[in-house]
Amino acid sequence: MDKKLERILPRVQKPARYTGGEYNQILKDRDAVDLRLAFCFPDTYEIGMSNLGMSILYQTMNSLPFVWCERVFAPWGDMYAEMKQAGIPLYALESGDPLSCFDSIAFSIGYEMAYTTVLDMLDMAGLPLRSADRPALLPLVWAGGTAAVNAEPMAPFIDLFIIGEGEEVNNEVLTLLRQAKLENWSKQDFLRRAAQIGGVYVPSLYEVSYRDDGEVAAVTPKDGAPAKVLKRIVEDLDASPFPTRPVVPSTEVVHDRVSLELFRGCVRGCRFCQAGHVYRPIRAKKKETLIRQGIEALQNTGYQELTLLSLSTSDYRELPALCDGLLEYCEERSIGLSLPSLRADNFSMELMQKLQKVRKSGLTFAVEGGSQRLRDVINKNVTEEDLLNTCAIAFSGGWNNVKLYYMLGLPTETDEDILGIAAMANEVLHCWRVHAKNKNRGVRITVSTSCFIPKPHSPFQWEAQISLDEYRRRVELLRGAITAKNVVYNWHDAETSLIEAVLSKGDRRVADAIEWVFRDGGRLDAWTDYFSFARWMEAFEHCGIDPHFYANREIPTDAVLPWDHIDVGVRKRHLLRERERACRAELSPDCRRQCSACGAAGLLKEGRCDG
Amino acid sequence: MDKLRLRFAKTGRAVYISHLDLMATMQRAFARAGYRLQYSEGFNPHPLISILLPLSVGTASVCELMDFRLREDADLQTLPVRLTEALPEGLRVLEAYVSERKSAELKWLDVRGRLEYDRGLPAPEDLTAFFSQPEIVIEKKTKRGIGMADIRPAIDRIALCAEDGCIRVDARISAQEPTLNPELLAGALRQLNPALAPDFAAFTRLETYDRDHRIYR
Repeated sequence: MDKKLERILPRVQKPARYTGGEYNQILKDRDAVDLRLAFCFPDTYEIGMSNLGMSILYQTMNSLPFVWCERVFAPWGDMYAEMKQAGIPLYALESGDPLSCFDSIAFSIGYEMAYTTVLDMLDMAGLPLRSADRPALLPLVWAGGTAAVNAEPMAPFIDLFIIGEGEEVNNEVLTLLRQAKLENWSKQDFLRRAAQIGGVYVPSLYEVSYRDDGEVAAVTPKDGAPAKVLKRIVEDLDASPFPTRPVVPSTEVVHDRVSLELFRGCVRGCRFCQAGHVYRPIRAKKKETLIRQGIEALQNTGYQELTLLSLSTSDYRELPALCDGLLEYCEERSIGLSLPSLRADNFSMELMQKLQKVRKSGLTFAVEGGSQRLRDVINKNVTEEDLLNTCAIAFSGGWNNVKLYYMLGLPTETDEDILGIAAMANEVLHCWRVHAKNKNRGVRITVSTSCFIPKPHSPFQWEAQISLDEYRRRVELLRGAITAKNVVYNWHDAETSLIEAVLSKGDRRVADAIEWVFRDGGRLDAWTDYFSFARWMEAFEHCGIDPHFYANREIPTDAVLPWDHIDVGVRKRHLLRERERACRAELSPDCRRQCSACGAAGLLKEGRCDG
Repeated sequence: MDKLRLRFAKTGRAVYISHLDLMATMQRAFARAGYRLQYSEGFNPHPLISILLPLSVGTASVCELMDFRLREDADLQTLPVRLTEALPEGLRVLEAYVSERKSAELKWLDVRGRLEYDRGLPAPEDLTAFFSQPEIVIEKKTKRGIGMADIRPAIDRIALCAEDGCIRVDARISAQEPTLNPELLAGALRQLNPALAPDFAAFTRLETYDRDHRIYR
């Protein structure tokens, strides 16, 4: 181990997250591979090591014999300061080698608040931040993840984006990069060729012009780059590699468990939800595959918990049979099976009762809107009756901790809708009084609100976010209305939501502000410990950027959106139609009842959308 | 099955795994190697494993002891190899055996330390003289805040010499009642004689002994 590092590690919090050496890490001979790839997660080890996407791609990229893909995470503040002080550059965990030894640096960006950390990691690697200031082919800096569906705010920093699922396209890019390295191509040549690979977006090959009113005028491709970059997907999830031998951290991380992905996409079509639209089409894995992979992963990790991942677990067609199959293995080994993202319906509750015989964790319901009208507007197909029925089962089954999640600031929301949240919490409390088995244990009902953020590629992408003052007024209104002492109200701070809205819907001009914040010391902005609203506002002012233009303005539907050249498969026409139905508070049936012809199935060459 | 004891080494990158994380890591390693640990009864069953002398983060050891129970009989000859294969880098099982001795009988520990000085080594004799004083009273963090403690009785023997540009310390120190963290050998220098204090110190536990200075297993 590095001498300097050896002196630092005993002084920092949780040093095991900085050492590597975990079980199942992949080691290769650095001299025997053609490409060394630093796979960076722009957040802490604990977050990144809990990320299934990271784990999947670590395996698929390492399956190329000529590539050694290693993991890199952002150090927490104490370690960051120690590394700066000792002059230790950012290093990869497997080899301990600094990032200057690598041919390629890849980022998985799942959320916008990680943008400054991406810049920070580039800087800690000793690289210029802007793609234009890195004229050499190597190291290639590329990125993917959900945030890439609007890559524009990060476009000046990243050489190449992956749009969509990376299992296949990443390896195609690496194969081309290897050829480019061995044949000494220029960076320009490589990027031009790479732009021909489906799902690859090379921002430098697109010219963006703006109108006088600030809207994007046009995005013009050059050098043969496609006018629209179509998202890549994996068609057959059963045949797609799944990490049944994931790296097992030697220190506690957020999720110390095996995660099984049931399906991608979502049949529900909630109109505020980006994930529900950009992960389409719906592709499910067979339960046999899942049971086999789950057992294998449990054997290879020794984890005592297994969880089922998806956007809406109860929409998995074979859920009961899957649970039975997994429980058969888990029960005799004292392995817990958990089901997040369940819907508030009876079926889900019966399943929960089966799984949590002894310890009962809290139940969380994402209700989102305080009135049926508003829930119809957002197409969240949950009724108060569903919720109360589910709660009745839960309370009579011994649960006494219920969390209700809502958004404030959804399009068309009125004060009446907000007061409806308090009324609903009271109904739930009443339900507990009627159904609780043991009232001496008390009840805890938590209401949480966050501020609605309009997201690209969702039907609400044109909507305006409410102002900070208005959000605060609505919070106060709700606060005053929640009087029962068993009901706790938590509200998410809106300052982060405003910044997130700007970064989500921003165009390339926003990049200057991101760089300014980073230069001013901003990093790990997803953490309240580090986030500074004042710094962001100062950055916008300094860079001549009006954050309200991006966050609080309703975009005309005929405007060119900064992300219009990114095609996630769902047609803009569908999004518009959904938005119009929202204005009329009209529900749309879920994909299982009636296909809405959103267009995503067009991404499938042979398979059928499981919607 | 009987109470079993594991002797294992924790070196290299594994020295930064904390005590609690080590317990979780061991538990998972048993599962990966196909051994089923016995669990406690009750609402919140946990595996019956316990480490005799928790090791501080940053200190290495080639003599760690851990007690455990298995649900089924297992071949204790092959267990060390199978379990080591299921452990992360730096953790190595040396042997597994039926343990008869109580953990309270463990009294002394041999430790080796490497003291690094960035601006030249002090004379080993000065260091020896320091540790030969009849009393070495230092401030020590206890459960009730900061107290004063004489660590001299917890040092049975100590030898210091220059080696490879560092000072090598070999000491036999009290493992229990009182427990002396070897870090405090360097800590005592920092508190009482900063001129002799190292810029960095790293320690390794070498061997466990009973009250009569016989090797403890």
